Amino acid sequence: MKSRRFLLILALLLSFGLVLAACGSSDEADDSGGDDGESEEGGEQSGEDFSVAMVTDVGGVDDKSFNQSSWEGLQAFGDENGLEEGEGYDYAQSDSEGDYTTNLSRLVRQDFNLIYGIGYLLQPALEEVAEQNPETNFGLVDSVAEGDNIVSITFKEHEGSFLAGVAAALKTETDKIGFIGGEDGDLIRKFESGYVAGAKSVNPDIEIDIKYAESFAAADKGKLIASNMYNNDIDVIYHASGATGNGVFAEAKDRKQNNSDENIWVIGVDRDQHEEGQIDGNNITLTSMVKRVDVAVNEVATLTMEGEFPGGEVMEYGLDDDAISIAKTNEDAMTEDIVSKVDEWKEKIANGEVEVPSTDEELEEFESSL
Amino acid sequence: MFNNRTINVLIPLISVILGLLAGAVIMLLFGYNPILGYGALWNGAFGDSYFFGETIRMVTPYILSGLAVAFALRTGLLNIGVEGQVFVGWMASVWIGVAFELPMIVHLPLAVSAAAAAGAFWGFIPGILKAKLGVHEVIVTIMMNYIALYSTNAIVRHVITDGEDQTERVAPSASLASDWIAELTFYSRMHYGILIAVFMALIMWFILNKTTRGFELRSVGYNPHASNYAGMSVGKNIVLAMMISGAFAGLAGAMEGLGTYGYLAAKSGFTNIGFEGIAVALLGANTAIGVVLAAFLFGTLKIGALNMPTVADVPTELVEIVIALIIFFVASSYMIRWFILRFKKEGK
Repeated sequence: MKSRRFLLILALLLSFGLVLAACGSSDEADDSGGDDGESEEGGEQSGEDFSVAMVTDVGGVDDKSFNQSSWEGLQAFGDENGLEEGEGYDYAQSDSEGDYTTNLSRLVRQDFNLIYGIGYLLQPALEEVAEQNPETNFGLVDSVAEGDNIVSITFKEHEGSFLAGVAAALKTETDKIGFIGGEDGDLIRKFESGYVAGAKSVNPDIEIDIKYAESFAAADKGKLIASNMYNNDIDVIYHASGATGNGVFAEAKDRKQNNSDENIWVIGVDRDQHEEGQIDGNNITLTSMVKRVDVAVNEVATLTMEGEFPGGEVMEYGLDDDAISIAKTNEDAMTEDIVSKVDEWKEKIANGEVEVPSTDEELEEFESSL
Repeated sequence: MFNNRTINVLIPLISVILGLLAGAVIMLLFGYNPILGYGALWNGAFGDSYFFGETIRMVTPYILSGLAVAFALRTGLLNIGVEGQVFVGWMASVWIGVAFELPMIVHLPLAVSAAAAAGAFWGFIPGILKAKLGVHEVIVTIMMNYIALYSTNAIVRHVITDGEDQTERVAPSASLASDWIAELTFYSRMHYGILIAVFMALIMWFILNKTTRGFELRSVGYNPHASNYAGMSVGKNIVLAMMISGAFAGLAGAMEGLGTYGYLAAKSGFTNIGFEGIAVALLGANTAIGVVLAAFLFGTLKIGALNMPTVADVPTELVEIVIALIIFFVASSYMIRWFILRFKKEGK
């Protein structure tokens, strides 16, 4: 009995010790904070006086899509300019809508020179914080924000999606294709309009099923919708839904695993999602509508570092500067035939022969002109 | 030395300490520095007045959603529907906020009470179903959450606005935000709602402990049959309890709608304010003061966590683990109670 009690007291003492150690933390943390400050100054001495950071939307920095691509852009920028992660460049992850403003303000307070908001969802938060902090430069990707210290970076996603539609229409054997969007809104409508227009240009009678998952972070919903579509004879699905699309890939891969003869395809978005579609020697990623967010993010950061921050402007990237393209990594699936057709249409878009619709109304016009 | 009351206070305290310790151990196991991690958390929540303001901003809705859950639990009901009641309260407050232009003295109270009324209505439905038909409130409230989520989305898109994803900002006369606080805290989104939240905690304590009605409500919670035998109307009390609980939750929505954001955007999922309220109430032992303290802890952890990845490289998810562990320890309070009693017995 006695030894038991002794053990209990010992355990209590030990845990108290740990608590005390934890309590002592704040001083030490302060000390180390000081160290950080010093090393930052050290960085400045070596000539680098520029730092850049980004705030992700709820998809997170590892969404294999849009946020990840932006982060890769910042990492590349950091490498090129000898910056260190955490000081020269960094990211803040948002877990909910409420975190956007907090994260942006926090990065401002950590004295980053250029702060990106990744995704149109950050627009209201970014405009608010930018107005409060006129000294800091901001970049908004995928939407147009107003403010002299904000540069808006947008892409002609409808053009890329048009080509994805062309590829899908050429590849399908059932003449039924699908589209899965993230949250319904102007941006994803651009993808949808371009895709539908592209597919109908190749085959006016094609059936296109359009579904929205109402989230960019719901892989489970993506899987469910994809499963429904594949069950309804749809064999090519284009997803413009960020991390929700991971569910689409998962479903397609499950099916391919069970029956390797089933010809089903996914068209990826934002990054070349070739890796996502890899399964036992097969690959279900037909192609990807590659949107080089990384290039744009890197380019604007470089401009800003050189003191030429394009404040208040809207930078639009499209097919002509290769910021939007169609991946040709899956050579088995993207046959020469398809590639040459896609290139043909790309040429038509480039020389203005085809005006790709980017809204519902324009799409209606486009369809009636076919 | 250890009477029941002190044990009730000790259990949450010990749970918090154990939760933080376990978090530290996990950080160590995964190669992070727990001292740096918690230091970053502390600075991220109280480092300067901006962070402090943001922490208070986060605490405000937690207090109210915690009160909502706690009030229902005290009356023997498990209100999982706080989340949905937050949604309808948020929508009602913003709707009133954008639709009218009135002097502040009318507009703000109107918007706030609309939120409370909407929340109360959303609580009334499961309440009446339980009272009249005996349908379990947990099932109904869970379903009501989804109804609230999708119908507010539809109303935002098609009724309040014309196909937009987000409403306009509420009129300044209905806003809880204040330039004065914003300036004081370097534009944090802290707002006057905290006063409402603390006041509501007082109200809850007063209703439950100082009024006959409160006695009835608690009594129905303890034992509906005995209360019925004593001549109380069980059904009426259940409906009333759900409505008051819903009203607290609706107010939590108003804090977001009129204070933090000033608008309502179509949402792809739950805000978790209501679900966190369950944890807050549990940690706060369903008492008004306990809920305020627990909400404060949760707000601190949530806001402080955002600072951890940038400063200490510790992922924010760790704080979710710490919170989960705290809840785990509270829920397994039997274990802690056993230890305390054991200690007491042997100490004699």
